Amino acid sequence: MHIVVLIKRVPDTASKITIAADGRTIETAGLQFVLNPYDEFAIEAALQLKEQVGAGTVTVMTLGPAEAAQTLRSALAMGADRGVHLEHEQQLGDPYAIARTLATAIQGLAPPADLVLAGRQAVDSQSLAVGPMVASLLELPCVTDVTRLERQPEGKLRVEREVEGGHEVLLVEPPALLTTNKGLNEPRYASLKGIMAAKKKPIEEPAVPIAPALSAILRLEYPPARQGGRIVGEGAAAVPELVRLLREEAKVL
Amino acid sequence: MSAYRALDLFELDALLTEEERLVRDTARSFVSERVLPVIERHFEQGSFPMDLIPQMAELGFFGANLEGYGCAGLGAVAYGLIMQELERGDSGVRSCASVQGSLCMYPIYAYGSEEQKERWLPRMAAGEVIGCFGLTEPDHGSDPGSMQTRARRTAGGWVLNGTKRWITNGSIADLAVVWARTGEDASSIRGFLVEKGTPGFSAPQIERKWSLRASVTSDLILEDVEVPDSAMLPGVQGLRGPLSCLNQARYGIAWGAIGAMQACFDEALRYATARTQFGRPIAGFQLTQHKLCEMASEITKAQLLALRLGRLKEQGRAQPWQISLAKRNNVYWALEIARTARQILGASGITHEYQCGRHAANLESVITYEGTHEIHTLIVGKQLTGLDAFQ
Ligand SMILES: Cc1cc2nc3c(=O)[nH]c(=O)nc-3n(C[C@H](O)[C@H](O)[C@H](O)COP(=O)(O)OP(=O)(O)OC[C@H]3O[C@@H](n4cnc5c(N)ncnc54)[C@H](O)[C@@H]3O)c2cc1C
Repeated sequence: MHIVVLIKRVPDTASKITIAADGRTIETAGLQFVLNPYDEFAIEAALQLKEQVGAGTVTVMTLGPAEAAQTLRSALAMGADRGVHLEHEQQLGDPYAIARTLATAIQGLAPPADLVLAGRQAVDSQSLAVGPMVASLLELPCVTDVTRLERQPEGKLRVEREVEGGHEVLLVEPPALLTTNKGLNEPRYASLKGIMAAKKKPIEEPAVPIAPALSAILRLEYPPARQGGRIVGEGAAAVPELVRLLREEAKVL
Repeated sequence: MSAYRALDLFELDALLTEEERLVRDTARSFVSERVLPVIERHFEQGSFPMDLIPQMAELGFFGANLEGYGCAGLGAVAYGLIMQELERGDSGVRSCASVQGSLCMYPIYAYGSEEQKERWLPRMAAGEVIGCFGLTEPDHGSDPGSMQTRARRTAGGWVLNGTKRWITNGSIADLAVVWARTGEDASSIRGFLVEKGTPGFSAPQIERKWSLRASVTSDLILEDVEVPDSAMLPGVQGLRGPLSCLNQARYGIAWGAIGAMQACFDEALRYATARTQFGRPIAGFQLTQHKLCEMASEITKAQLLALRLGRLKEQGRAQPWQISLAKRNNVYWALEIARTARQILGASGITHEYQCGRHAANLESVITYEGTHEIHTLIVGKQLTGLDAFQ
């Protein structure tokens, strides 16, 4: 079984983001980058499936700058077998361009992918679009936000996802694309042996042209500064006024 | 609360290899997710978090810098980074790993027979066998050369008699490396592997500590303990044996202290920016900024010292007195920083809700064990002057 996991290098969510001088990208100098947390669930799921089957290859693929090779290396240290780096220095804002490029690269893989996994969203751009777009470009069945994944003896995948008020249980036949959500598993740490072994694992750099963008970011803006608080009154007597303001002014009730 | 951010004012991260950063990140996440949530409870109870042992073993933390026998074979800097991260959690957890790797696995690795290595090292790396290191005695601390524990030759082996004190991991250990005199003076000191359960050998725990509470500290009592010839480490004789182990562990402590400093600085900075008095954050007062600046400078200096020492060690060039200077400096400043952090936190700093008090208490042990601050001063002093001030 060949499982391809799409991963992304993203700024640590604790970082303070500044908008770059061009107004359309973020300043990367001084930022700490990590593997997108939702992608960790996808890597863990791929490793567990491989362990369960007892054979197969887990390929991790990323589209990103030279430094994204470190992100691939951390996935290899967790246990993935092979890395694919589509190197591109500029920040891409258009999910279609990203998805199209990844889909082309996936089509170029040998052996072909039996399963593609991706995090439900990247914590930086949050488009939630790349996974499903890759699935439609590759004409694969797609299940998003997977919180449970089991492989049936005959190879079909029983997956669960959370929907409003309950669970949805689905059966999918690979090849397919799944996006992973929090709760699916507990990603393993890269062990020291895994880190040492990762040094010897291959990272390929196939020449895949970056697909043209269908949308463009005009500008990035900071969220409005938080307004100062207001004291409505004191003690139980103030409660009705507080409730009224929350309902009528803040419109949160 | 947002995630822990380590201070790196001089971009030292860039001086680490990719592999070293990955090792550091694994240890850092492990501490955030597995150590910090439980450590306060263990510190209060005075117990060691035993379930961390298999987890640390699985990640490869025990004997990480040794080659073969199930060990990861890392360089000195990567090993140091693990110690740094573990001590960011708690000095007791780092102590357990230091003792296992540097004080117990290392002497077997460096001075053991092939049979001893095959027998013990893989199981120690896997955390199935826990080790301890018995050098200090009730009446012989800084001057271990005058130890009283004796090993007497018999037909097929040795009989050990004596008492060791302040032995980390003692009561939870399956194997003790016990140093004993085989003759009259220090040049006759030999290392012996004593297994738990050997008749005449017991390891009662020392209670009522207020420092390093999340670590087991014990006496080792040896009353006519018979061990076979194969229990003696054949490769070393004299004080050089235990001292070479201590050099490994002290090196790790020079890094570990940085972890404790970082934890305290992170906590103090957050607190100072959030806490307001006289209508503004206390971080805005010059006196607080002076404290924070001093802490950050000392952390940065300690980092540079440890990193350079690690690179020298990787080249086989680190001298014992350089290790002494680094352990002495970094632990001293870690303790100062922990106390200053406590001061910045005001009354909050005296509760277990915050870490600085626990670190400060722990560091009182760290500044004493593995050679006291004074003993390291004399080692550096001897190097500088050529004069031995010990006697
Ligand atoms: C929590 C903990 C864990 C420990 N774990 C271990 C372990 O696993 N294995 C082990 O073998 N030991 C262990 N030790 C023991 C530790 O190494 C000793 O405590 C240390 O070597 C000091 O010995 P001492 O306590 O007997 O103090 P002493 O040697 O009696 O020293 C008392 C004071 O006198 C000073 N002093 C002594 N000699 C001189 C001198 N020549 N000039 C100036 N000042 C001097 C010392 O610096 C110190 O301030 C541990 C200790 C602690 C607290």
